[in-house]
Amino acid sequence: MTVLEPTPSQTIGPFYGYALPFAGGGEIAPFGHPDTITVHGCVYDGAGAPIPDALLEFWHGGPGAPGSLRHDPVSGKVIGRHGVHFTGFGRVPTDADGHYAIRTLPAPYLSVCFFARGLLHHLFTRIYFSAQDAFLETLEPARRATLIATPERDRVYRFDIHLQGGADHDETVFLEFPSSAT
Amino acid sequence: MAQITTQAQIDQEMAALRAVDSKTAQALRDYPPYRSSILRHPKQSLIPIHDPEAIELTTPVFGITDVTELERDLTKQHVSDPIGERITVSGRLVDRQGRPVRGQLIEIWQANAAGRYAHQREQHPAPLDPNFTGYGRCLTDADGRYAFTTIQPGPYPWGNHLNAWRPAHIHFSIFGTAFTQRLITQMYFPNDPLFPYDPIFNAIPDEAARQRLICAYDHDLSQPEFSLGYRWDIVLDGPSATWIEEGR
Ligand SMILES: [Fe+3]
Repeated sequence: MTVLEPTPSQTIGPFYGYALPFAGGGEIAPFGHPDTITVHGCVYDGAGAPIPDALLEFWHGGPGAPGSLRHDPVSGKVIGRHGVHFTGFGRVPTDADGHYAIRTLPAPYLSVCFFARGLLHHLFTRIYFSAQDAFLETLEPARRATLIATPERDRVYRFDIHLQGGADHDETVFLEFPSSAT
Repeated sequence: MAQITTQAQIDQEMAALRAVDSKTAQALRDYPPYRSSILRHPKQSLIPIHDPEAIELTTPVFGITDVTELERDLTKQHVSDPIGERITVSGRLVDRQGRPVRGQLIEIWQANAAGRYAHQREQHPAPLDPNFTGYGRCLTDADGRYAFTTIQPGPYPWGNHLNAWRPAHIHFSIFGTAFTQRLITQMYFPNDPLFPYDPIFNAIPDEAARQRLICAYDHDLSQPEFSLGYRWDIVLDGPSATWIEEGR
């Protein structure tokens, strides 16, 4: 069987802002759900500077509900989620200080896909909420810690991403998913 | 003393890297001629995940409430027609086995005909077009097909080095049958004279792989008295949990 060659990646660039972010992109949990947690943090480049133009996508695994976006009936513009279904998908751009925040439901881990100007091919990582995990145990302890969110207060977790290591922090573990081309 | 890098210096750097690697068929994350990549790529190896239960083997599902039919036409978002050469861009979204990726979300964004993005951080002193914003979305059909109507984007300067110009391109964001197949890339146009000078395009060492980012002019897709047609098929990489033969 012929296997087609894949289309290569290119950077998201700096100007995705009017295309990809959508209202309510970080509000993954259904509105008012009592189990809702907040996950937030900052993303940093190799010099320790916050990255103000990154885009983060979050995926809980599926099948989630089909999309839940609402459109303005006149302009057709997306005006947010209807807040009922759990789609499992979120998307937020970082702010000027490199900060992002989402509100979602608890899970063993969240999958994160990271895009930024300067990054020619996206990066995958994961946010874990506990160190008790078979995959985490295969990692050396210092780097394992980069995948575990820190509880800040009740139902609020901090998860920073460092694209490169530095004096006071390790490089975040990034993942790949080898193809088993058949 | 800091000096502005010239195109000749960038050309030399790109040639030196090409001498070392002209085979890799994917964009290198570490490609110093693209200056912004220097501090924005990981230095450690990626850790492979082989877990058949990994949630990344599944993907978000989009539906009719997420995308409206209007959104595939970038020339109909304002009161009048945008300035520029009207084009249609269409093709098929498939996996490496050639199977169609159905009902998935494709999003595009681009500069206007003058090479200007409608974005607050855009510095290029080319005119904005009040009739063009430059983003569109659609879902692929049962055969994996997508289609957009837009205008030919212009090339534009950027600050990577002195006299740096991007070849004309449309940014594409694509979902597959698994989150592992997620792709953001750029589609280019045939015979662009700026290709040899661009460190983003040339961050893909393999010539044939670079060619896969260039659409083809297709006269059969051109519409009389209306638009020029370009065809660009997209092949997604990465494992997936399942592929359902019939429907979705
Ligand atoms: Fe661009």
